[in-house]
Amino acid sequence: MWGRQGPGNGDGSLIQAIAFYVFATVVIVSAALTISVRNPVHSVLWLILAFFNAAGLMVLVGAEFIAMLLVIVYVGAVAVLFLFVVMMLDIEVARVREGFVRYLPLGLALAVALAAEIIIGIGAYGAGGIELSRRAAPIAAEVPNIQAIGALIYTRYLFVFEGAGLVLLVAMIGAIVLTQRERKGTRYQNVSRQNARRPQDATRNVRPEIGQGVQL
Amino acid sequence: MGTIGLVHYLVVAAVLFTLGVLGIFLNRKNLIVILMAIELILLAVNINLVAFSAALQDLVGQVFAMFVLTVAAGESAIGLAIMVIYFRGRGTIAVDDVNRMKG
Repeated sequence: MWGRQGPGNGDGSLIQAIAFYVFATVVIVSAALTISVRNPVHSVLWLILAFFNAAGLMVLVGAEFIAMLLVIVYVGAVAVLFLFVVMMLDIEVARVREGFVRYLPLGLALAVALAAEIIIGIGAYGAGGIELSRRAAPIAAEVPNIQAIGALIYTRYLFVFEGAGLVLLVAMIGAIVLTQRERKGTRYQNVSRQNARRPQDATRNVRPEIGQGVQL
Repeated sequence: MGTIGLVHYLVVAAVLFTLGVLGIFLNRKNLIVILMAIELILLAVNINLVAFSAALQDLVGQVFAMFVLTVAAGESAIGLAIMVIYFRGRGTIAVDDVNRMKG
């Protein structure tokens, strides 16, 4: 949208404006429905719609990679995980809704105060933001978005990128360790005990006398 | 309608952030919706990062949006795992009872 010419090379600002308002409206409405519908399954479905439209918003400013990541990671993995957990747990909808009205005034007051603060901040930024002296990684016009991000994260942000991978590894191990349980009466294979077993501990040589047998 | 600028994106992100905070307040009995509200807050942060990245013509915002996405995915995985074991032991996901977990 900014600093980019579309393929049509004409004045597409009206189409961009229409697309932005459609995406923004659907994002906000579906976010509001996510936190307010009764059924948690419907809540997850509204969350998926919100993520799709946020991806549309990001495509609109030329961040194709983040938009793709939103669709693949959030809609494909995280939302499906949420849906799986919601359906696995047997939640009583009636009990879950208790306290919705009780916390509504406090929550609304806090939310309105927060929104007012942020919008005042945005107004101050619009009135003349802090001047940034230089860009850390300027967007080159001719390089595709994914190529530019790849050239950045594998060079300058390599260690942060590795750290992100480590975060994912820790999250995976943590989730597995947390949800693993041992049922009583089930026979498990204890691999470390099997590996620690040595022949000299497990077997012994005996030479029984004739007619005496062995003692076990 | 005028051309869409940075401020439009910031307002959308601000409203989304506020809805996320409101969701945490309203759904005190439902940990799943609280986790979803946290996802909404992180989505608002990502929209902000990407909008500033496009406005300042600087790619670092998109790189950090990717890292925020990574952390959000890990957080939801751990959060859902904790919720599953909590539900297994207690049969409810109400947040008000969680303080009984302390020793």
